[in-house]
Amino acid sequence: MNRIHQKLKADKKLLSIYFTAGYPNLNDTVSIIQELEQAGTDMIEIGLPFSDPLADGPTIQESSTKALKNGMTTEILFDQLKNIRKSVSIPLIIMGYFNPILQYGVKDFCKRCQEIGIDGLIIPDLPVDVYNENYKHIFESHGLINVFLITPQTSVERIHFIDSISNGFIYMVSSASVTGSQSGFGNEQTNYFKRIGSMNLKNPQIVGFGIKDHETFTQATKYTNGAIIGSEFIKFISDNPVTSISNFTKRIQP
Amino acid sequence: MSYNINEKGYYGEFGGAYIPEMLYPNVEELRQNYLKVMAEPDFKSEFDKLLKDYVGRPSPLYFAKRLSEKYNTKIYLKREDLNHTGAHKINNTIGQILIAKRLGKHRIIAETGAGQHGVATATVCALMGLECIVYMGEIDIERQAPNVARMKMLGATVIPALSGSRTLKDATNEAIRDWINNPVDTHYIIGSVVGPHPYPDMVARFQAIVSEEIQWQLQEHEGTKKPDYVVACVGGGSNAAGAYYHFLEDTDVNLIAVEAAGLGVDSGESAATSVLGKEGIIHGSKTLLMQTTDGQITEPYSISAGLDYPGVGPMHAHLYKSGRAEFISITDDQAMKAGLELCKLEGIIPAIESSHALAIFEQKTFNPNDIVVLSLSGRGDKDLDTYINYFNL
Ligand SMILES: Cc1ncc(COP(=O)(O)O)c(C=O)c1O
Repeated sequence: MNRIHQKLKADKKLLSIYFTAGYPNLNDTVSIIQELEQAGTDMIEIGLPFSDPLADGPTIQESSTKALKNGMTTEILFDQLKNIRKSVSIPLIIMGYFNPILQYGVKDFCKRCQEIGIDGLIIPDLPVDVYNENYKHIFESHGLINVFLITPQTSVERIHFIDSISNGFIYMVSSASVTGSQSGFGNEQTNYFKRIGSMNLKNPQIVGFGIKDHETFTQATKYTNGAIIGSEFIKFISDNPVTSISNFTKRIQP
Repeated sequence: MSYNINEKGYYGEFGGAYIPEMLYPNVEELRQNYLKVMAEPDFKSEFDKLLKDYVGRPSPLYFAKRLSEKYNTKIYLKREDLNHTGAHKINNTIGQILIAKRLGKHRIIAETGAGQHGVATATVCALMGLECIVYMGEIDIERQAPNVARMKMLGATVIPALSGSRTLKDATNEAIRDWINNPVDTHYIIGSVVGPHPYPDMVARFQAIVSEEIQWQLQEHEGTKKPDYVVACVGGGSNAAGAYYHFLEDTDVNLIAVEAAGLGVDSGESAATSVLGKEGIIHGSKTLLMQTTDGQITEPYSISAGLDYPGVGPMHAHLYKSGRAEFISITDDQAMKAGLELCKLEGIIPAIESSHALAIFEQKTFNPNDIVVLSLSGRGDKDLDTYINYFNL
């Protein structure tokens, strides 16, 4: 069984953390993953940096630019991760834009993910219909879960469609925005979390974008199964050593 | 084979809408409505009236006698440079602002490189009384000060794009991010035949007025609707798309696309996407783009800010791959020389983008009886500084 499915069965609110591979330093990838697991993180999104990350705000953009300057490539990332399953057992997801994956070759990319023990992919600019038609069978034959996004603007009909083709969890974008741009959640978000929570979807939902502290984590997970933190963790890791990561997770889940 | 778009939003294998879910409602709303709106009689009459009374269409199809003598062929210039705001870009912004209004949008965003599209957008926003925000790379803001001033005078807010390489591609990223953040009240006016479907098709349809006019104008001049060649420069590809549009399926008409070679295609400082690019995804479209082997988008170079884009629209990727159009690359030096030559022979100061198209007469020989229609996409006012520095005027 895929580690993501196993994790989702646990009776707790999942804390998932995103970081950009190759940032702050090229070779921080493995130690960040290990420290995150030891600090109690339930799931990790490893960001494959891209030159033009359309869905991301300044924090993740800058970390991607820096990671590329540090020399990060798809091949180097795979190389860094090749023994990761000897020391890490929580679900690992690679999050990246489609072009670098397309250039690597979707099939080769999936094959490497499987060899390493990657559990899923999040590719924000790979549209649902293109995935369904051209790539679903490749992902599935390599045991990879593809995670789709929904937003407060996504129609009910489309949410049901996305639910029907998802096989893991649904990534709920908290509000109409790029990453890292909210200042706390208001009624609008709470109503949205509630509304989706009451739709009886077959896939669990995990909220992302705008989660930055204990309060927003609690708000986001009240009606859902977990939350993903990205920009706020990038900010933390910019200023603090990798060995102090548990200080960050304690802030979120005291 | 068809050279125009299919019902799924692709030109051959190129096009589509590779967008994050956050953009889906905006793009889908546009996709479902653009053809419907464009077919409405009151839309058509408002569009035609503005093109005539405000833009100054039809733009002349001018037989360039001295240029033709020099190159021993028949050269016609399609004078998009005479449009209001000085380039073809306004054909598209007029069309899109009318769509935006009918979709109930009251906030307009745009990206710009040289500032031509930014000025054309700020202009139509002033005309319609809509809020206008233009994203422009920090580096381009420095390079194109007069156009920044124009946009401000027209009431637009110019926001510097500070991310990545701080030029056109990053301004486009910022505009897309703005659209993600403002999904309900905002329309994004893209400036070329790039971006996710339906943009390439919508922009091509608005620019198609250029080839529609060429047909009847050539009939008047030459007694035929068909040129032997249509020549246009390609940045994203909108003036070319407009000049080709009604000739796409008629393979008697040869299409020539002129790209910017910069300092030379092998110099590392170039924008010749068909030579240097590979298939991939840029700004939501599957097309040809300049990128590293790892799929990171690279920064192009051309003396002409309007040709300085690391991709081409999906129509042009298809025209290239299918062999329907011939692609020629022209260096900075060749373009500047051709621009000055047009000044001396015809009394017309062209935009440096258009000068790239003009430079093909030194590269390619035509028959004396060939009718060559060249899209003179813009005037050179915006480029005076570049001309002054280059020629030490
Ligand atoms: C005069 C002129 N010609 C051509 C272009 C290139 O754009 P496109 O390839 O979309 O026609 C520009 C862009 O700014 C322009 O200003």
